[in-house]
Amino acid sequence: MQVQAGRIGEITEITAWDQALRFFSFKDPALRYALAGAILLGLNCGLLGSFLVVRKLSLVGDTISHAVLPGVAAGFLWNMEKDPLAIFVGATMAGLLGSFMVSRLTATTKLKEDTALGMVLAGFFGLGICLVTMIQRLPTGNKSGIDKFLFGQAASLGGSDIYLMASVAFLTFGLVWIFYKELLTVSFDAGFAHCVKIPVSWFHHGFMLLLAFSVVIALQAVGVVLVSAMLITPAATAYLMTDRLHRMVFFACLAGMLAGAMGAFFSFLGHQLPTGPFMVLSAAALFVFAFFLAPRHGIILRWWARRSRSGRVRRENTLKAVFHALEQDGFRREGVTFMTLSKLRRQTLEETETASQELRQAGFATLPPGEKAVYLTPEGMRRAQTIVRNHRLWELYLTDAANYPPDHVHDDAEEIEHVLGEDLVRQLERQLNFADHDPHGKPIPTPEQMVSLHGQDKSASTGSLGYAKPS
Amino acid sequence: MTSDPNIEAVRSSSGPLSMRWTQGLSDAEIPLEIHDLTVAYHHKPVLYGVDLAIPPGKLIGVIGPNGAGKSTLIKSIMGLLPTDSGWVRLFGKPNKKNLGRVGYVPQRESVDWDFPVNVMDVVMMGRYGKLGLFRRPGKKDRSIAAACLEKVHMMPFADRQIANLSGGQQQRVFLARALAQESDLYLMDEPFAGVDAATESSIIDLLHTLRKEGKTILVVHHDLPTARNYFDMLILLNMRVVDFGPTKEVFTYEKLQKTYGGRLTILSEVADAVRQTKA
Repeated sequence: MQVQAGRIGEITEITAWDQALRFFSFKDPALRYALAGAILLGLNCGLLGSFLVVRKLSLVGDTISHAVLPGVAAGFLWNMEKDPLAIFVGATMAGLLGSFMVSRLTATTKLKEDTALGMVLAGFFGLGICLVTMIQRLPTGNKSGIDKFLFGQAASLGGSDIYLMASVAFLTFGLVWIFYKELLTVSFDAGFAHCVKIPVSWFHHGFMLLLAFSVVIALQAVGVVLVSAMLITPAATAYLMTDRLHRMVFFACLAGMLAGAMGAFFSFLGHQLPTGPFMVLSAAALFVFAFFLAPRHGIILRWWARRSRSGRVRRENTLKAVFHALEQDGFRREGVTFMTLSKLRRQTLEETETASQELRQAGFATLPPGEKAVYLTPEGMRRAQTIVRNHRLWELYLTDAANYPPDHVHDDAEEIEHVLGEDLVRQLERQLNFADHDPHGKPIPTPEQMVSLHGQDKSASTGSLGYAKPS
Repeated sequence: MTSDPNIEAVRSSSGPLSMRWTQGLSDAEIPLEIHDLTVAYHHKPVLYGVDLAIPPGKLIGVIGPNGAGKSTLIKSIMGLLPTDSGWVRLFGKPNKKNLGRVGYVPQRESVDWDFPVNVMDVVMMGRYGKLGLFRRPGKKDRSIAAACLEKVHMMPFADRQIANLSGGQQQRVFLARALAQESDLYLMDEPFAGVDAATESSIIDLLHTLRKEGKTILVVHHDLPTARNYFDMLILLNMRVVDFGPTKEVFTYEKLQKTYGGRLTILSEVADAVRQTKA
């Protein structure tokens, strides 16, 4: 028993490896077809799926994909074999009939679209399953392949299937390329599209026809049940990656093709496993990847931005404390001891040292060995002044322009000082008539002094720092 | 003798009276002419037997209570909705043949602002009517779009994704897009909704500039007190055209009461507005 178990394990291991090697040698014609088909359908689904997602029509894709099943069965019954063309025609017609029924239901009754979609989807799919079961029980005829339409089997693709897929993909690509600006306008604002003389309903019907084509060519590889995921998931992935539609379409195609190829590969590893679920899982994996890593919308970058922001706020607060210590001292000294700083910030000595180290790492301060004190670099001084300036300007704005009492404004300014940009500061200055003292009577550092302050002669500085504005 | 305001309204708007403000103009000179227009949703009429002919070069407000059919009127003028009767002519031709001379500002809520386009993409859509189906925007279109953005002071935001704009800025993007259409008749559906006071006054300035250039502008508006100051002429609409004429003639207590029916909250607003007129 043990020996046998070991041998089986050995065999499967070798086979998986062999399979992978076979996959990447691309020698097997069936494999080449499967891969080409998977990539073509990924491309096609990405192209059309992008428009589905931005138009919030994702459910329409789902409905059409389920509605085609009775058409597939009818095409099969036509001459009792898997004739790609007959199945293509039957399936497309069923898909279009489904979408036509949805639009009639919503136009003539008070039913809303989601309800109509749900009913049509289930009704057509039920009919399809009945027909497929019936075909499988027929005593005669070559029934092989009909079951593959449920969950997909890329390995069952033949040469003529690939030609069909390639022509549809070519057609879709060409039409999206030529009519990109019209598709964009119709998707964003159909009323306006009408106003700029775009034949909106033609585009709508044309799009639905292409969608039906795409679903149908994807059927054999992905299966009726999961086609819609190939339409939606790569497009949703791309939606997270960018803020422009043309880039979204590009990324969606990329994600679709990658998911198709990955699905074909994994199902090949597992010996004739249905390809649909593997493609959809690959697409979902890509989505998760984008969810965490996408620029701007991705979780990780957002987390990183928040983290670095909180780091910046911490550094700026330390800088401010150093500035305050220097200011209390009338800027007679250049350095501030950790002891003074920790008292000012109500921190332990260790915390202050860590904070000072952060300043040093950011290039804002030097910590001469053995001195236990912080010396600001010119850059650090400039930053400290900017922060203090923002803080005091905002306090002044709140008291003067927004009529807050002076003892209410400090905490608010603590937050705002870190986010005020140059533009806003300039606006504040103008509104405050370039005031030079905050509501607590402290001088507001001005940009003119920022450079000169650090290098100025210490003996010359007075208690109020000689904050006279250069005239 | 009936005193039903609706019947009065039909009387005052039907017949040759509707042509009162366009007498002596040739068909091609009349920006908009509507005859016996009826539009219904699910067999419930929203507009009923509307007759209207507006003169060129005027800034015209469309006012009326909620559900009076103001947006429906705008959409029907463009041929966006199936009509039950009547016709609409733009500059003497059937509306669908002459859409090229119409600029359109839809309601701001009518689109998804998360859509992956930036400000420039949206304004460029205004050029597509002139471009036709196959041509792509060229240098000239880009410079026109940029100039239109400049007119609404939105050029600094050209690369911004449209979700990252305030309500007033979004409205100005729509205006710039309509300007890019370089039309003669502008239809605007509540361009002042959700807009701050500064934007509102800059939009009004822009509309006055357009009018000076000889354009005709039809604006759906819901704020009565400002309607009195903003527009040369007013269309009082409540399913029918209650009255249409110069603001001074039309903006009266009786006529507004007819338009707004028994809606008390609005009536008090009307009373305030009229009191302001007299003050």
